[in-house]
Amino acid sequence: MSNPLVDMEKPDVIFCIGTNMTVTHPVAATRLKKAMARGAKLIVADPRNIPLAHKADVHLPLRVGSDTALLGAMAHVIAREGLMDEAFIRDRTEGFETFRKHVEKFTPEWAEGITSVPAADIERAAILYGKAERGAIYYTLGVTEHICGVDNVQSLCNLVLMTGNIGREGTGINPMRGQNNIQGAGDTGALPNNYPGFQPVVDPANQVKFEKAWGTKIDLEKGITKVRALEIAGEEILAMLICGENTVVSDPDRAHCEHALKSLDHLVVIDIFKTETAEIADVVLPASAWGETDGTYTNTERRVQRVRAAVKPQGLARPDWWILAQLATRLGICGFEWNGAREVFDELCKLSPTYYGLDWDLVEEGRHHWPVPQKGHPGTPILHIGEFPRGRGLFMTPEYRDPAETIDDEYPVWLTTGRRLAHYHTRTMTGRAVGSEYLVPEELLEVHPDDVENWGLEDGGDAVLSSRRGAVLIKVCATTQSPRGTVFCSFSFDDVPINALTGSGYDPITDTAELKVCPVRIEPAQTDPVP
Amino acid sequence: MADSGSNGRTRSLTLDGDEVSFQEGESLYEVARRNRRPVPTLCYDDRLEAFGACRLCVVEIEGMKSPAASCTTEAQPGMVVRTRTEELERQRKILLEMVVSENPAADISPLRGHASQELGQLAEEYGADGSRFQGARSGSSYRGDPNPMILRDYDHCISCYRCVRVCAEQEGDYAISVANRGFQTSITTEFAGRLENSECTFCGQCVQTCPTGALADLRALQSEGEVKDFELTRSICPFCGVGCSVDIMSNDDKIIGVRPAMDGPANEGALCVKGQFSWDWVQHTDRLKTPLVRENGVLVETDWDTALNRAAEGFRKVREQHGRHAIYGIASGRAPHESSYAMQKFIRAGFGTNQIDNCSRA
Repeated sequence: MSNPLVDMEKPDVIFCIGTNMTVTHPVAATRLKKAMARGAKLIVADPRNIPLAHKADVHLPLRVGSDTALLGAMAHVIAREGLMDEAFIRDRTEGFETFRKHVEKFTPEWAEGITSVPAADIERAAILYGKAERGAIYYTLGVTEHICGVDNVQSLCNLVLMTGNIGREGTGINPMRGQNNIQGAGDTGALPNNYPGFQPVVDPANQVKFEKAWGTKIDLEKGITKVRALEIAGEEILAMLICGENTVVSDPDRAHCEHALKSLDHLVVIDIFKTETAEIADVVLPASAWGETDGTYTNTERRVQRVRAAVKPQGLARPDWWILAQLATRLGICGFEWNGAREVFDELCKLSPTYYGLDWDLVEEGRHHWPVPQKGHPGTPILHIGEFPRGRGLFMTPEYRDPAETIDDEYPVWLTTGRRLAHYHTRTMTGRAVGSEYLVPEELLEVHPDDVENWGLEDGGDAVLSSRRGAVLIKVCATTQSPRGTVFCSFSFDDVPINALTGSGYDPITDTAELKVCPVRIEPAQTDPVP
Repeated sequence: MADSGSNGRTRSLTLDGDEVSFQEGESLYEVARRNRRPVPTLCYDDRLEAFGACRLCVVEIEGMKSPAASCTTEAQPGMVVRTRTEELERQRKILLEMVVSENPAADISPLRGHASQELGQLAEEYGADGSRFQGARSGSSYRGDPNPMILRDYDHCISCYRCVRVCAEQEGDYAISVANRGFQTSITTEFAGRLENSECTFCGQCVQTCPTGALADLRALQSEGEVKDFELTRSICPFCGVGCSVDIMSNDDKIIGVRPAMDGPANEGALCVKGQFSWDWVQHTDRLKTPLVRENGVLVETDWDTALNRAAEGFRKVREQHGRHAIYGIASGRAPHESSYAMQKFIRAGFGTNQIDNCSRA
């Protein structure tokens, strides 16, 4: 997030796109509700009639995968109406004239044809955001899990740049990070292109820095992404070490994913449960869990915080860093002689420009938002004040592209996937929690009541949902939360492995899977004839 | 030094004989607490609009006929305020006796919730039992709610409305409301049904603000028989990326509950259903307790040395046969930094490649 969570109470116009926030980030959503109670206006762009949409001043129920068209048209209206922040554009950006010409063709009427959102509503939303004193954008995976995820984010950046809604309190472009430490996983350099602190591996100076720090030789070339690694598993990738991820259930195209992992010569999994992924490993190493482990997380607002052990680990379980150090020692890899989480974190801070001013003691109370470039620095709650990392903000010119697969006679229904409030990811944790299981004991396919009738389904009856990659049996739930022609379910339940269907395409830049769009066919399940 | 107001005038008042400064908009309750003269209350929660319902926080203000609720009275320059006169203390005791008399006598377990001891502590401090006002009882418990998270033990309700207000003002859900008046007052949901059939999201904020334990944490109460006291360990919730601060309740290496940290910077006392109630997986019997290695196609339990040697040997063999780029690491977005840092270092320092990613792409 460019801005801290506390800023969510301060905008006068809130634009939520591709975020089912009351379900996925409920505590953050409480702040938006407070902003609205104080009079802030809310624009919600989401294909579904989600709880946030009920509270919206303008709901833009766009067809799944049409975000670039919607956002291009909003930019068109803002430019046409002259609602830009001219001073901001002049002082802090470049490429605006090219961009202005680029969006001329994105009329709201054109966008209506693609998104199915009435042109008048696109106009209303654009004018509302364009006139905001403090406009803030919040988004989640509904923006990024597309073949055009990068285009979508750049389209949002364009809106921010043309209206100057960045670098100030209560504004910004704010991706809500999904998992407790997914921000930290990137921060610590668990990426094929970056060392810790987002230092590019292709920069020879960084290569020298880390070779010196670790006393080893490291490629100047980027690694490949997980998606590519799974594609060439069994051919060029022969061994994997997977830590705390249930790849088999969470990743797209389950059949492909399982085949990839099974074709490895050697698979080692570090986890707290015998997950579906651990089941196919050669070696499974038991990790200490939350509540048993000292360490640090970084949250969605870049706040670095301490987690603490309250109890001893179960059985022989040990912290991940200890397990990895033991493995490293057995392979003759140096530099893993740590005596506790503190030493690991302090080593990270010394090597990362974003954490350089932090150490184990300083994060005790979680006061700092990174970057904290030097000791004594108070942290950076709001990014991009005065200047962007590259200097001027650059307008980009994305074009609308259709999703990797679009509906046709054979697969005439859009499937989009997401989360349930009571569950977390693949339910390895919440599937073993009494409360979560009480509230959501099974997965249901949300179908508009008219579609239930038209497609010969039954509310509470079983249906077979199939795509070009697979089929699953799932119980139907009639609800107006789904628009006509689009169905929804979560990927949390292993017995409804919805990711057997997904995986139609990937963003060419990030390799993020298009999990939010998958054409499917839906048929009533055949029931045995009554004897 | 006294603070200066925007007009440059010093704002101060007299509190129990001492001149104290205050900021514009502060209530007398806040001024008194800041100056270490806290007044008792049952309906106050820092995060909520002052409500003035319990009348325990009344103070005497010179020039006013009767005592005023300090929580709803804004501090004014020159006020002369007394917080602990004999008469005020007598009135507070009577009020507490009346409140206590409406509830069944009971030891309220601290497992019930963060604020559950407030009434009991005040009653003890003022020596207020219910014996002077025998008679009608207020509230009646809702026994038809089978949910395993929130106990609705309204026999202990004192109509402070903290639960209703936290649901509306903090959570923004308006799931519960107040029906009837007087002894018949009850906290209820739309159509007086189960919480799961209302707008309730089971965030537990009502439980944690309840000053009597009338709304209680059933997950924590599971341990009521075995546990007398517990420790609190400050940590961060393990679910989404908001990073809510929590206090883990534990006793003798057993986790028995979770509470929101009222001073948590990301959440300021709020949690969701997962963070509040779904911690029981940590010590679930399904947890992996030993390393496993595959023998004849089946994963079998083993010791650390055997498993680590087997794991290392597999990587060594693949490196020898297929080169160092054939080894790939996937780090966790749930484990702490120390895990993902160690993962990427293991791959980079160990094999000299950048064949490392995390689970953020799917």
